[in-house]
Amino acid sequence: MNDESAVNDAPRPRPPKNPVPLGRRFNTVFAGGVGIMLAALFLAPMLWVALSSFKPKEEAAQPPLPPWPTSGVSLDTYRELNTFGNGLLGHSVNSFAVSIGTVLLTVAVSTLAGYGFSRFHFKGKNLLFMMIMLTMMVPFQSILTPLFLLLTKVGLQNSLFGLALVYTTLQLPFSVFMMRNSFDAVPMDIEEAARIDGCTTLSMLRHIMLNLTLPGIATVSIFAFLTSWNEFLGALVLLTNTEYQTLPVIMAMVRYGKYGGINWGAVQAGVTVMMIPCLILFLLLQRYYVRGLTAGAVK
Amino acid sequence: MSTHGTDQSAAIDLDPTATSADMRDRLKRKYPPPKSQWIALAFIAPALILVIAFFLIPLVMAIWMSLHNWPLMGSPKFTGLTNYVRLASDKAFLNALLFTGKYTVVVTIAIFVVAFPLALFVDRKSRLTGFFRTSYFLPSVVGFATSCLLWVWLLSPDNGLFSVALQRLGWVDKPVQFIGNFDLAFASIIVMVVWRMAGFTMLLLLTGIQAIPHDIQEAARIDGATAWQRFRLITLPLMKRTLALTMVMSIAGSILAFDQFYIITLGGPRRQTMTAVYQIYNTSFISFKLGYGAAMSIILMLILVALTVLQLYVLRSKEPSK
Repeated sequence: MNDESAVNDAPRPRPPKNPVPLGRRFNTVFAGGVGIMLAALFLAPMLWVALSSFKPKEEAAQPPLPPWPTSGVSLDTYRELNTFGNGLLGHSVNSFAVSIGTVLLTVAVSTLAGYGFSRFHFKGKNLLFMMIMLTMMVPFQSILTPLFLLLTKVGLQNSLFGLALVYTTLQLPFSVFMMRNSFDAVPMDIEEAARIDGCTTLSMLRHIMLNLTLPGIATVSIFAFLTSWNEFLGALVLLTNTEYQTLPVIMAMVRYGKYGGINWGAVQAGVTVMMIPCLILFLLLQRYYVRGLTAGAVK
Repeated sequence: MSTHGTDQSAAIDLDPTATSADMRDRLKRKYPPPKSQWIALAFIAPALILVIAFFLIPLVMAIWMSLHNWPLMGSPKFTGLTNYVRLASDKAFLNALLFTGKYTVVVTIAIFVVAFPLALFVDRKSRLTGFFRTSYFLPSVVGFATSCLLWVWLLSPDNGLFSVALQRLGWVDKPVQFIGNFDLAFASIIVMVVWRMAGFTMLLLLTGIQAIPHDIQEAARIDGATAWQRFRLITLPLMKRTLALTMVMSIAGSILAFDQFYIITLGGPRRQTMTAVYQIYNTSFISFKLGYGAAMSIILMLILVALTVLQLYVLRSKEPSK
């Protein structure tokens, strides 16, 4: 036994080929350590709030040290949040309705426009394309007052549909640009073959082109969802009726302590509820998100 | 805004199998069948209608409203340029503009100081690189308002994390009022925004770094250039375009800052953290001086349009990066 361990402890001969220099190996380990510490710094606030949100009521109001529940896991904070405004479910439904509405409208409108800009030649095409792109230059914050008056006039103020229409318009420059490029990348032959087989333009678009431009559609969708799910100022101004407010707006009310002192448990629960869909969506569709980001940076 | 060149390169990105022969073929055959003009317009119509209804009309209305005394109730009264004349000596608005400028400069520098080293760091190849990139970027996916709420809690003196943690470490002996005085509030916001935006900027910078041909770096290494020389003489100059773009994005975003000051500092202490957009919000939707608020909006819009024009000018004067 003893002899064996003594043999094992003896320095083994290093493989002679390409020994990694000690300095570089130290660098790699050091860089890895720094990288992990940084990752912890970036991830900690999110983990902290998500863990704290499962504390019982009294504990959730205490400073979050440690962040995890120590006296049993509970959904108290979510129940607390549920007493605000129209209830947690109600406001989540509002947020989802606006976001999914925005995604569907954005995909439909930008797919049609992208196809039109990619496949047809007509007078004023570049001018119209420029017009849509130029809306990016003017910040939406500066036309908020007239938007408010306009929506009131047509009865779309205090309406989730009205808000979704506004969000869709905001998404158009990026989405039309993205979809036009997606269609540009589909060879004309495929389309002609479908036409020869008797497809009409619309059925060809729906059955064939849609599949081929799916990556573009995924990119457009994820940006539309994240933007509308998280948007704050527009929702604050355009939805004055508590019943219709989206999660960020009702959460700002919780923070302002409109209903008595600030309920920190409800803040934790709300932040967690607003965070989760974004994180899941991003982790699932990371590829498409990054593609959109680089397309934006190239432009 | 998008030249033909970038348009094609983006298309190639999307479908790496498309060859230039395909492209030429396609361009040749892009057909204008009879009546195509009207069919094309039908495809584009929904987008045009939205842009006209929710962008162009409000834009013209904003300009028109800024020339009026426009209360929420009652009829507007034409006042010409009075609103703009008043703005020129409106202390609150000028202070808000000044603060917005200060915030923009400080936060943009802070973000770049953090994001640039991060980008160089995650450009290294290692088994953990993917994990590092994703975790640094993750806060950027969370909404701005959500991040603000999260940090309001962390910054809370009695129920939050930082103040109590500092007390337990014995570094301070009474609760820290993070949003109680201007300097501390301003610093807290900067830290929060850097946390939220550094990964985003890092990823944009990384695309710029990776667009630099590998052989150039390799050649310099063989010629004996140090890491710092390679960074200063190769990486930085070849990233000018990406840097300019990323910086303009950061500046434009910061000029429009609202959420963090509305949610975290409430514009305080003593209205010292009121930004331009916050001031517009208060004027239009709290005081209901819609005309006056519109005039502020137009000023803000002009600043941002000037910035975009400057951006286009800067990017045009450089030769394309590829």
